[in-house]
Amino acid sequence: MGPQAEYFDHLARGQFRIQRCDDCASAVFYPRTHCPECGGGLSWVEPAGTGVVYSATIIRQAPERGGDYGVALIDLAEGVRMMARIIDCAPEDVRIGMPVSYAGIGSNADTILYRPGDAT
Amino acid sequence: MTENLRGKVAIAGVGQAGLGKAEGFTELEILAQAAHAAVADAGLQMRDIDGLATASVLAPMWAMPVIEYLGIKPAFIDSTMLGGSSFVAHLMPAIHALTSGECNAVLVCYGSTQRTSSVSRKVIAGVRRDFDPQPYEYPYEPLNPLSTYAMAAARHMHEYGTTRENLADVVVAARAWARLNPEAQRRDPLTREEVLAAKMVSDPLSALDCCMVNDGAAAFVLVRADHARDLPNPAIHVLGNATRVFARQGSSLPSLTETAAVASGQEAFRMAGVSPSEIDVAEVYDAFSINTILFLEDLGFCPKGEGGRFVADGGIAPGGRLPVNTNGGGLSCIHPGMYGAFIMIEAVRQLRGTCGDRQVAGAELALVHGNGGTLSSQSTAILGTASAV
Repeated sequence: MGPQAEYFDHLARGQFRIQRCDDCASAVFYPRTHCPECGGGLSWVEPAGTGVVYSATIIRQAPERGGDYGVALIDLAEGVRMMARIIDCAPEDVRIGMPVSYAGIGSNADTILYRPGDAT
Repeated sequence: MTENLRGKVAIAGVGQAGLGKAEGFTELEILAQAAHAAVADAGLQMRDIDGLATASVLAPMWAMPVIEYLGIKPAFIDSTMLGGSSFVAHLMPAIHALTSGECNAVLVCYGSTQRTSSVSRKVIAGVRRDFDPQPYEYPYEPLNPLSTYAMAAARHMHEYGTTRENLADVVVAARAWARLNPEAQRRDPLTREEVLAAKMVSDPLSALDCCMVNDGAAAFVLVRADHARDLPNPAIHVLGNATRVFARQGSSLPSLTETAAVASGQEAFRMAGVSPSEIDVAEVYDAFSINTILFLEDLGFCPKGEGGRFVADGGIAPGGRLPVNTNGGGLSCIHPGMYGAFIMIEAVRQLRGTCGDRQVAGAELALVHGNGGTLSSQSTAILGTASAV
């Protein structure tokens, strides 16, 4: 199984994992075969679960097509950035720089959810 | 050592076709019309073309049907696909091929019928999901490319205090230039208030912060400078070109407010031996209003973070501090999927002095900046008249 399949396999089992370089200790996201910083090998680690909103947008959509929804980029405490969805917060209330914490995995087992606040 | 290539190659001919709606025509047909127009403008015959650079949004083996359709047998073929910047990025490989003698005349060409085609953009997006997967972004359903540019705009506002009014002033300036260009697709008067009142699509970008969806084809012909001197139109020399890519996806870019245009711009200016203050006219790829602000900063026309103030209150409109996107840009002139070849043509026309009401008086040095993907690829070119070489 390649790192992409392994990532989604983790999600299917309810586990959110990122990678860490065995050589230079860089955190790596999205999952790869080698460290993009130094070429080293990678191991799976459980992230601390905290982060900060780097940016966000609201996609405007007619209610009959599902209505407005938010998409965000989160800077994880480990130093990597990822796309994510923020729950327990209206998209209009998401602020850049806002601390967020890990809130689980989306129902299709292919998205990561965060909610506002420091506590995990 | 690319400065050795400074000015060695020139644009001898340009052509466009199918601008706006090319109802009933295929992409290849309008591409061929633009290609023949460019070759004729260069004072050449299609049989003189022995180099080709082209790219397609849809077809991965695009160079082959283009070669077949035009009936050419090129010795040099470049079909590098970096999104909209491709036709600016095609310059340097063509310069190497021409100066080494691998070929003598390179046709750079593009055509799209995305407006009138039976293949909808929705179908294309669906196919791309499978053929060009981005499994760490697609599941969140960003409305890309727009949403990545929207997040760049939001971040720029957060970091530098840029406002929606600044973004709107980019759109209004583009429209003011378009009103001087008979080829521009959007020529109605437009105010800042109208832009601010437009329907929001992906915050903070509204429908009027986004480029158009048009048909259109564009082509230009590159030859060695000594050859260009014998051709009918004034030679427009390529003084510098550089391309940089740091990542494909917005979530993987090191920054959404400082792009690889910093690197492509520095290298293109170094090769050309000129500085931003010497540029007479700048054509920067404005797929979205934020692009113009980002690229004016990244290319050194103003300090990082000052772009909003640089464009404010007519700063880049006709009569402003710097003529930017003088054809009306992707926002108001034309945007058929990939726009890079069209900004090359506008820069050439400005340097030839044939732009009529929108002509920048005495323009000798032009900057062209292409962008592709979601702020992913950046290619900068410096063009100049014979007197600028």
